[in-house]
Amino acid sequence: MAYSDKVLDHYENPRNVGTLDKNDPNVGTGMVGAPACGDVMKLMIKVNDAGIIEDAKFKTYGCGSAIASSSLVTEWLKGKTIDEAYAIKNSAIAEELALPPVKIHCSVLAEDAIKAAVADIKAKQLAKETA
Amino acid sequence: MSASIEMPVLKDMFDENGLAKDTHGADAQPIYLDYSATTPVDPRVAAKMIPYITEHFGNPASRSHPYGWTAEKAVENAREEVAKLVGADPREIVWTSGATESNNLAIKGAANFYSEKGKHIITITTEHKAVIDAVRELERQGFTATYLDPEPNGLIDLEKFKAAIRPDTVLASVMFVNNEIGVIQDITAIGNICRENNIIFHVDAAQATGKVEIDLEKLPVDLMSFCAHKTYGPKGIGALYVRRKPRIRIEAQMHGGGHERGMRSGTLATHQIVGMGEAFKLAREEMVVENARILKLRNKLLHGLETMEEVYVNGDLEHRVPHNLNISFNYVEGESLIMAVKGIAVSSGSACTSASLEPSYVLRALGRSDELAHSSIRFSIGRFTTEEDIDYTINLMKSKIDKLRELSPLWEMFKDGIDLSKVQWAAH
Repeated sequence: MAYSDKVLDHYENPRNVGTLDKNDPNVGTGMVGAPACGDVMKLMIKVNDAGIIEDAKFKTYGCGSAIASSSLVTEWLKGKTIDEAYAIKNSAIAEELALPPVKIHCSVLAEDAIKAAVADIKAKQLAKETA
Repeated sequence: MSASIEMPVLKDMFDENGLAKDTHGADAQPIYLDYSATTPVDPRVAAKMIPYITEHFGNPASRSHPYGWTAEKAVENAREEVAKLVGADPREIVWTSGATESNNLAIKGAANFYSEKGKHIITITTEHKAVIDAVRELERQGFTATYLDPEPNGLIDLEKFKAAIRPDTVLASVMFVNNEIGVIQDITAIGNICRENNIIFHVDAAQATGKVEIDLEKLPVDLMSFCAHKTYGPKGIGALYVRRKPRIRIEAQMHGGGHERGMRSGTLATHQIVGMGEAFKLAREEMVVENARILKLRNKLLHGLETMEEVYVNGDLEHRVPHNLNISFNYVEGESLIMAVKGIAVSSGSACTSASLEPSYVLRALGRSDELAHSSIRFSIGRFTTEEDIDYTINLMKSKIDKLRELSPLWEMFKDGIDLSKVQWAAH
């Protein structure tokens, strides 16, 4: 499997590896994938009161392309509103990393992880408002 | 080593004393730990082969001049060396192009010759594809087959083997040493069962020569496959042992000039055969000392890797050749693992070359989960592996596994005491 330089860079030097406090009301968590399928991504975002993503962290069990896809989106997410984050498409991730066709599913998983994290933070916000 | 031959590749690999050069470091070639895939040709073997490409180029089948006689003498000398390593009579050795051809010739040749006796074949799910696919081809031709699963340690339960025997069982094929996990089957016991039931017994010994003692005078085996390139000989040459007493018959699969007593036609590749003979001679002379040295290295590697948590050795450790260590690293994904260990040349239980991730069928047959099968690495150690190579490998594996686990949400969950089997995964 030939990897693009960008995939190799993210694989060798992954950005924003780690976790945020999942109990923080401003932190949304998205975990997608399954071990049996070969990839699991966990994405955490911290959103300020203005709805801007201040921080993003990830952990990924998966191939180099899956690691690179999740590392890349943590970079993209910072500074975005959650609505802008929700609009990120897998095709943009695949294009940026020059993923080959067999690795497109890695970018799909990264998009799913963003959507899951945003859904989690929205649910938390809703719970806060109704409390 | 005392070789002084000039070959660019060998020169790069060995220093002036014939010792393997220190090839560690980022830009260097990765350290070779894939001896079960193939071995380098020993420089002493290569030196013996070269005159038979240039000076002594005669056809061993040419009976009317010294060119032919010289080649024939070399071929027969090599046949004797191959026979000696495995306790056979030289007349029981048939040259082939390698173990794949030997397996095909043995299985199809014997099944076809004895098909009137019955059309049922027994083999093992962890056999090499050259055996499994040859049996599958016979199924296509009207034979039936039983593919036995080994026990979780990779070894065959003899009772299960006995239970698979039918009145029409004509042939059984069981490998001596498994190529992926290195386990050694009890060939004597299985062979005795075959004898009692009048079943032809074929053994694929491609991974066994030079690693375990083989004495066909005592072993109840009818047909045995060999190749040169796993034992420091050249690729493209192998042999099939065909027992004379009691005489085993096979149908030729390659028809032509009637070479090899009609069992395998085709002009003999003298230089390749000379290489196999020399390689097997060296194996016979050096295997005891060599295997003791390799066992030490293997155990050092095993103990080094075992200091990490959640590592699992695949296959029985006791009934195993010293050269092999197959080990799974839990909570690390297979393909990223292979990317991480670029500094060593090893084989992986994960075949990620296509869209579908196919885990090793051998490890699956042992009952390993897909995840553990994917995250396995086969280290195979050989003649030119040094202690420094092993030290380097242990350090590399530790740092890379640590890094990947630091990245792994599964490792984090495991560390938090979460039972991963109880998690509801969003399968995709």
